[in-house]
Amino acid sequence: MTGILELRGVSQAYRLGRRSPFVTASYLQVLSNVDFAVRTGQAVGLVGESGAGKTTMTRILTGLERPQTGQVLFDGKDLWEMNAVERLEFRRNLGVVMQNPRSSLDPRMPVGSSLLEPLRSLGIDCDHVARVNEVIEQVGMASSVLGRYPHEFSGGQLQRIAIARALMTRPIVLIADEPVSALDVSIQAQVLNLLMDLVTDLNLALMLVAHDLSVVAYATSRVSVLAAGEIVETGQPLELFSRPKSKATQDLVAAVLTMEAGLAGRGLD
Amino acid sequence: MTDSAMDVRDLFVGNGDLQAVRGVSFSIPVGGRMGLVGESGSGKTLTALAMMGLLPVGWSTEGRILHDGVDLSCQSDSQLSRRRGRTISMVFQDPLTALDPVRRVGHQIISLIRRHSDAGKAEATEQAKALFRQMNLPRPAQMLRAYPHQLSGGQRQRIMIAIALACYPQLIIADEPTTALDTTVQKQVLRTLDVAVRERGTALLMITHNLPIIAAICDTVAVMYAGRIVEAGPVAEVFSKPRHPYTMGLLRSQPTMDNIALDGSSRLPSIRGTVPPLQDLAIGCAFQPRCEFATDKCRLETPKVIEGLSCWHPIVLDAEE
Repeated sequence: MTGILELRGVSQAYRLGRRSPFVTASYLQVLSNVDFAVRTGQAVGLVGESGAGKTTMTRILTGLERPQTGQVLFDGKDLWEMNAVERLEFRRNLGVVMQNPRSSLDPRMPVGSSLLEPLRSLGIDCDHVARVNEVIEQVGMASSVLGRYPHEFSGGQLQRIAIARALMTRPIVLIADEPVSALDVSIQAQVLNLLMDLVTDLNLALMLVAHDLSVVAYATSRVSVLAAGEIVETGQPLELFSRPKSKATQDLVAAVLTMEAGLAGRGLD
Repeated sequence: MTDSAMDVRDLFVGNGDLQAVRGVSFSIPVGGRMGLVGESGSGKTLTALAMMGLLPVGWSTEGRILHDGVDLSCQSDSQLSRRRGRTISMVFQDPLTALDPVRRVGHQIISLIRRHSDAGKAEATEQAKALFRQMNLPRPAQMLRAYPHQLSGGQRQRIMIAIALACYPQLIIADEPTTALDTTVQKQVLRTLDVAVRERGTALLMITHNLPIIAAICDTVAVMYAGRIVEAGPVAEVFSKPRHPYTMGLLRSQPTMDNIALDGSSRLPSIRGTVPPLQDLAIGCAFQPRCEFATDKCRLETPKVIEGLSCWHPIVLDAEE
């Protein structure tokens, strides 16, 4: 089964600084031969240690970076062979939510204007005001907040606004990079529930990057484990985490602190 | 009071009309480990900074902070400065901003040891190396010559802990010490901290919103909401039989591998609403607008603290649960 957004045999390497012009440059292999797919109406997770290549993978999926080898396919078309019209269409169909909503929203802009930005920059012709009101309601906020500035909101509210902005252009793929790790526990649950509802209601393809295994297990139906630039395991989250096969997954699972173990006095074993 | 490492009585921290901490009392016995839990904006970091005498300009305290036989809230800046790092020290969330970027980490720890003891340079260096070894840092001698940017996040945080422990303080305050770290590193750093404070009999105040960390490392826990402690007690009791609706909500909204249904149909119970801004706190119980059990009494009267609980209608869980 093919996905709406797909990586096929993607490899990426960065050139490291040379110490002298007489030495051949060395490369850092960040991704090696990665296959990955996001499907409509499905939430997929991506987990891995820092430095495993998660961010590079999201940058390649969003078209911010061109992989050295391999293909990025959106709806079957290669992202890097698209013409300007197709490229614009791709950008309209993609929403991105970042980890820290405070740095992803312009502090000098009322949030209503921030929400309009995607429509303006991608030249989408529709009733902008109606669309803003519709989307802000979709993320569970009142339209009265639109005139307010980012500093007036809490982290959880800002993340809702950031999600609203990602939804403005009616994307079919949503990429969320650590969307709840900067939020408090009680708020984290609200945002996760919202993301899951959106996947069902809007038939979105969601890619959720997170380091918290329980967050991924809770919100996604399929998860891939990335280690040192390679996808080492893919599967149904609970199954994968209860019977990890690869060393990388085992390490990730072993690092999880659980309440039960903590209360039994074995939390750090 | 000599049997407690820290005894906070009726602490208020405010800036003008804004009261961020409103009457907090707790006590940490010598060698005890207390966890302080709460959402951002609940006043937990300001409580810690008040204890360290490091409040930002404009903030002032009321109440008593008894430590090492003195009331820290009445001490002068120079008295506090001589105390910080020696009897009380703090590990901050982000080691990259807490360490001086233009000085080698060796200099930072050795100067601290020399400031608070009469050790010479060679002796202080040896002590620093021993500390680094205890923190499981590889190649201590080389590590001393490194600048903070050359180290990984986990190494930097281990160095912060080494610096905090260097002068055998009575109390270490750790404010979200592992939040900025990778999960795989988090457990190792916590284990190092756990062993180090246990060996030395140092008391620990662990500030975090991560409940499993508290369960793993602390004996007692205090849950803060909007500047007050709403529930406190032994970790095992509070976490297995929460009495305050807020504690209950926090525990239930934490995703764990056990409360997830296989078909993806599970919903995390979340606490509705958000933490109220300090300017317009509700009269009565501050949690009342978000509480599903709130009654008229909650809207009018602030609940008193009885047996570590501040709620008019505590939850009673069945013995079986």
